[in-house]
Amino acid sequence: MRTNRSQAPTADGAARAAPVGASPIATGASGKPRARWAPYLFLSPYVLLSAVFFVVPFVSAIVLAFYATNGPRARVFVGLGNFAFLLKDPMFFCALRNTTVFACCSVVLQLPLSMGLALLLNTSRGRLRGFFRLILFSPNLVGQIFVGILFSVLFVPRYGLINRSFQALFHWGLEERWLSNPSLVLPAIVLTSLWVWVGFNMVYFLAALQGVDASLEEAARIDGANAWQVFWHVTLPGIRHVVVFVLITTVIGSYQLFELPLALLSSTRGRGPDNAGLMLITYLNEIAFEDGDLGLGAALGWVVALIIFGISLAQIRLTRVMED
Amino acid sequence: MNALYVVLLALVVPPLLLARRPKLALGYARLCVLALACAIVLAPFVWLVAAIFKDKSVLNQYAFFPPLRDWSSKTLNLENFVMLFEGGKRGAQGTISFGRVSFWQYVLNSTVFATVGTMAQLLFCSLGGYALAKYDFTGKAALMTFMLGSMTIPSVLLLAPLYRMIVGFGLVDTLTGLILPGMVSAYGIFLFRQACLSVPDEMIDAGRIDGCSEFTIYFRLVMPLVRPMAAAFCLMSFLWHWNAFFAPNVFLHSEANLTLPVVLNMYINDYSQEYGVFLAGTAIAVIPPAVLFLVLQKEFISGLTAGAVKG
Repeated sequence: MRTNRSQAPTADGAARAAPVGASPIATGASGKPRARWAPYLFLSPYVLLSAVFFVVPFVSAIVLAFYATNGPRARVFVGLGNFAFLLKDPMFFCALRNTTVFACCSVVLQLPLSMGLALLLNTSRGRLRGFFRLILFSPNLVGQIFVGILFSVLFVPRYGLINRSFQALFHWGLEERWLSNPSLVLPAIVLTSLWVWVGFNMVYFLAALQGVDASLEEAARIDGANAWQVFWHVTLPGIRHVVVFVLITTVIGSYQLFELPLALLSSTRGRGPDNAGLMLITYLNEIAFEDGDLGLGAALGWVVALIIFGISLAQIRLTRVMED
Repeated sequence: MNALYVVLLALVVPPLLLARRPKLALGYARLCVLALACAIVLAPFVWLVAAIFKDKSVLNQYAFFPPLRDWSSKTLNLENFVMLFEGGKRGAQGTISFGRVSFWQYVLNSTVFATVGTMAQLLFCSLGGYALAKYDFTGKAALMTFMLGSMTIPSVLLLAPLYRMIVGFGLVDTLTGLILPGMVSAYGIFLFRQACLSVPDEMIDAGRIDGCSEFTIYFRLVMPLVRPMAAAFCLMSFLWHWNAFFAPNVFLHSEANLTLPVVLNMYINDYSQEYGVFLAGTAIAVIPPAVLFLVLQKEFISGLTAGAVKG
């Protein structure tokens, strides 16, 4: 598009037919030519700031991962020692397992719920849709730290709002100690995350559904497809880009989960009973900023980065497969 | 318990009556599910509003508000707000001693951090996005590849080395040191690039013929056209800054410099669990984002989804 403009007189037949004077900008004959320095000036804040605050830390994160450090200043070269330590560290695998389970639960529960609500909202009238969307999105205005501590009170045995609700609905759960029972900690984190992110993903799905060609769905329906078939064969392929996008951001976000469990399980500094709530980034924060071993923290950061990078690659693959 | 069954009956009976008109019944069922979802989402907010007025001793005694006959200054009072504004004297045994810094200092810190950070991001990202959308220049492809690559690196990885750097610059424990690294974002530049692509070239050229400087064209012609994206980006950026915890928690140390999420988090520690005070602070902290969201709602939704829906 942009190159077309500067070459318009030769590249575009219609423009060639017009008198040369009609596009003086391209030649710079009567107007001022595009300043060559302008884009460099406009991008210089980004280039300068990211050189200092992205490239330098990025390089030193590589270097740092090969050192054992104690605080910001003292450090000793240990080669691959940090990575070797992580591979033998049961806490690391505990965190990795918890985070992966959380990521899977997020995908399996969060996305279908978001999609279901989006489908319900998609057929509502405009004003009603805006109203419901506003409410369902609202938890995202509250910071994760606030959400975490708020829910830690809602999960209190016998008195917490969630325990009371479960008792009223299912006659179960009044006395459950969600946050100190190792087998209920992850479900508690998942429930809390559902409250926050179902509405967030729903906004994306809803926006995509609004763009689906309704006549295609109508045609399928006339051909005798039932509601599920229409959704699976017509609607879902129509919004596949957004589904992949939401899927990937959800997984990546899950692997970066930190503030929510930290606040929810604040009495154990985010670890939970028997480390059942320990997440990768919680562990990184503990190693790097509480114990002061920035080197081991950087090594763990690289492991998380590699996981996320792998997921990004899988995204590209997945999109390509779906294009064919 | 009985009330629950009444509600259930009220939900189930109308569709049965509407059995002969399946379309209406379906619409009714849909409305019920949506209303239920909204009730679940809103319940914690209603609970929060009730909790901040409840006395510490009855915080969990009642599900929401106490029944009318129990209303008194012993169950409902403003004690939480008094403690919040006085600085939480009862929580003084923690590692941080409260009481010397006013609550409004933290509100001010958070406001400065969020507004300066947002304004800087808005300026730099829109400038960068405009340059990428409307100029051809050497190194453009390389720069865009670099930006895309940088977006795959999780920020936590850079936090440790960044912290060392900020210590080296002598900017640790200052808002400047916290704002500086976050003033640009590759994601924001891409958002603005996409918005600027739809600005007609003819308009920019016309501005140039009229003798506008390059900066005037950006500021007077392009910015007004991409205002919806700018509004959406402002809200996203503001939310991110206002609610940020990880980086401020690492970078800021002294009591007078902390931001709201960090300081409120300190009300809940090993020595004191002042949930009422924390929740009162939370209720105040939610107001600015909520107001911004209500004002910018329309632009926000379209801006948020623009990157994804276009693919």
